[in-house]
Amino acid sequence: MPSIPLLLSQAFNGLALGSLLALVSSGLTIILGTLGVLNFAHGALFMLGAYAIFLAMQATGSFILSVLVGCLFMLVVGVLVERAVVRLFYQRPPEDQILVTFGVGIVLVEAVRALFGGNSQRVPVPSWGEGVTQLGFLIYPTYRLEVIGIIAVTLAVLWLVLYRTSIGLVVRAGIEDQRMVGVLGINVRRTFLLVFGIGVVAAGFAGMIYAPIIAVVPDMGDSFLVESFVVIVIGGLGSFPGAVVGGLIAGEIVSVTSAFNSAYAEVMLYAVMALLLVVRPQGLFGTEGRV
Amino acid sequence: MTPELSLAVVLVVLPFILPHIGGTFDMMERILDWGLLGLGFDLLFGWTGLLSFGQAAFFGTGGFVTAYVLLNNVIGSVWVALAIGMIAAGLFGVVVGWLAVRRIGIYFAMITLAFGQMAFFLENNPLSNYTGGENGLPGVPVPWLGWGDFAMRLEPGLPMYGMLAVVFLIGFFIARRVTNSPFGAVLRAIKENTPRAAMLGHDVPRYKLAVFVIAALYAGLAGGLLGVLQSYMPPDAFDLDTSGQLVVQTIIGGVGTLIGPLVGAGVWLWLRDNLQSIPGVGALWNLILGLVFVLLVIALRRGICGEIRHWWQRRRMTEPAPADDSAAPVVQSAPMMVMTAPLVRATLEAPALEITQLSKHYGGLRAVDHVSFTVRTGSVHAVIGPNGAGKSTLFKMLLDEIHPTEGHVRLFGRQITGLGATRTAQRGIAKSNQLNTLFLDLSARENMRIAALARRRGSFRLDVLRRADSIPDVERQVETALATVGLTERASLPAHVLAYGEKRRLEIGMALATGPNVLLLDEPLAGMSPAERISTRALIREIGRDRTLLVVEHDMDAIFELAEKITVLYEGRLLAEGDPDDIQRNQAVQDAYLGGMHDVHEPA
Repeated sequence: MPSIPLLLSQAFNGLALGSLLALVSSGLTIILGTLGVLNFAHGALFMLGAYAIFLAMQATGSFILSVLVGCLFMLVVGVLVERAVVRLFYQRPPEDQILVTFGVGIVLVEAVRALFGGNSQRVPVPSWGEGVTQLGFLIYPTYRLEVIGIIAVTLAVLWLVLYRTSIGLVVRAGIEDQRMVGVLGINVRRTFLLVFGIGVVAAGFAGMIYAPIIAVVPDMGDSFLVESFVVIVIGGLGSFPGAVVGGLIAGEIVSVTSAFNSAYAEVMLYAVMALLLVVRPQGLFGTEGRV
Repeated sequence: MTPELSLAVVLVVLPFILPHIGGTFDMMERILDWGLLGLGFDLLFGWTGLLSFGQAAFFGTGGFVTAYVLLNNVIGSVWVALAIGMIAAGLFGVVVGWLAVRRIGIYFAMITLAFGQMAFFLENNPLSNYTGGENGLPGVPVPWLGWGDFAMRLEPGLPMYGMLAVVFLIGFFIARRVTNSPFGAVLRAIKENTPRAAMLGHDVPRYKLAVFVIAALYAGLAGGLLGVLQSYMPPDAFDLDTSGQLVVQTIIGGVGTLIGPLVGAGVWLWLRDNLQSIPGVGALWNLILGLVFVLLVIALRRGICGEIRHWWQRRRMTEPAPADDSAAPVVQSAPMMVMTAPLVRATLEAPALEITQLSKHYGGLRAVDHVSFTVRTGSVHAVIGPNGAGKSTLFKMLLDEIHPTEGHVRLFGRQITGLGATRTAQRGIAKSNQLNTLFLDLSARENMRIAALARRRGSFRLDVLRRADSIPDVERQVETALATVGLTERASLPAHVLAYGEKRRLEIGMALATGPNVLLLDEPLAGMSPAERISTRALIREIGRDRTLLVVEHDMDAIFELAEKITVLYEGRLLAEGDPDDIQRNQAVQDAYLGGMHDVHEPA
């Protein structure tokens, strides 16, 4: 039985990982819900964000500026990918959409590998995140705490956009019923572009924020891709609250299990997914019958 | 020259030309191994439309189980170990498949991906004592052929290549038998139009599970062979990359061709081995292949072999004569169709359908509201009413396509409410839909065959080794159905080529081909020209002579001519019931639907 301090620190790690998964999965789930496209390139986009901030840090040295530049870069990438590739597939079967985004993911990963090689790049922790913080009897790295905070704010902003703006209302309506939204005279194509862009920037931003505390290698996004799939299955396809709650749950499952037995940490997550698929396939927040 | 023979020739000739084309035995062995893995995957994706990103799970399972039993001296013979590995993969496939096949498209891809990853993590850590964790299992022995003094070690090089070539040929032969079997025909139907396949009476989840396990078996064998051919079982067999590479190779080579994955693997591995030595390009070959893959998915979705086959088929097919709609076919008095006996002994007195208090509420909307009536066996019964009266919804509940909110339906005295569409169809009731739900890429004859196979074979049968057209009863039923609807001359054409009226007749014919005792026709005359209507009315009259018909129609001339009894629905409720004369005279029916003399209309 692991000690209380270990469990507590793992719980915090779970929060950090969970908030990361929540952000990545949110992007994935709104793209899936609105466009109907399961974006297999999502992990690669996460990776692209990490490399973007690596380059920007080398150029500017300022973390905040690098993040801004990185987000701009991700937005450009998102627009390009949507206009050049994804847009061609809205009328095609879901398998084709999966295949093409999978291919885009491969291209992005290989392009990065060709430019930077396979070695791990280091992104330094920003100056305001260095050191550790004392939380009662727990000593925890400051930056990881800040990551939780940053992502919480980001998710809150996303929530505001989705639930308090008219464009957000259109997006949520589109998730419910894509055709109806088009019939109502709303420019569906422009909405798709916007949603795809948001999703891409969310994934990239997560990559940027997490870069200082993870190994930056070309295939760093692979495991996050699969885990975010598990998260949206747990949370419910197309559901933003589901992605957030599911992400936090997933993060905690992995981290707390590893306190007991690190070998089974990931496996436990998949076991939970399997259980959910049997008991409640639409996930926590999903609608029944949309499976 | 059958495909199997052509392939055998190629494989025999290959060793002689290999050095000249920059190939090695090792490369060919790997290509054949990928090809074997791809055979199962193509059955799954190319034939049934199930995109799995987790084949690595079964590839790795087969490989590591085989390697483990050999290295720990549990089994001495490599052949037996390969079989054990294959079975282990198959069992794992049953578990994953059971969870995965109930979900469609997107979910299926995600679930298989997740299980592939789970297997990877299991191999890496908790089970690393058995699997060697990150190091894999080295020292896997090579197989021996023969017994005692005549035993021959299958060394790497020509002998090993020969073994893999033979295994692949056998695997290819079996896969082709599967695709040409009735089982394979149902798989194709599932890919084309899953709901229709289920509605005809095929147990779709069981078929999907069966093909998933078959794919897992192929993968397990390929995994075991990988360990044998390189004397080492690598941990990356479970990698996401393995599943991904399989998908990419299959797309490049051509989905739905069985040989596509082999060709794709050939392209991939040949390029990898030969591009890497070119300076500048070497490191980029993965990127180049990725770009090629994306381009193929966008533009040349069929892949290399698929495009070749498509081009070949277009050359061979002569331009079909355009359908002559104006000359509606003469409906010959078709020989009585073979009707499979109902599961319950039906007497003329027992009603074919008893509908009791049937209701369907969608929230506050009462689409069907406490409707009750009886359909007499052998009669032609019509259901009429304005649009939105609930007729189509009622029909769907008669097949248990949708579950009623209240009430139930009895078919020949036995309740079908709650059975689901597939099991209900097996009881001998079929529907022809208002909007054509055909298997568009299959020929008219193949469409009919899928329908006829449903009740003949039951909801599921693993008849993978016989030919699809080899059941005489089924073929008779198919030809009779084609003749009844007048499509015999056009039977070999793909359904999407047929004219609208012909498609309508095919739709009716398919319902007929299942050999039902009760046939529901939902607006059979919809969209037909006057000439077509006459012949279709004759058709309906003909069909109605031997079985119970329930028809929804707006064409009142047809209804009053054909129907013995009419039920009128209005706003979900039963408004009136009676024979044609009663209904024509009924005031309420006139007000609601048929129009009366005293109506005040706006001037046109």
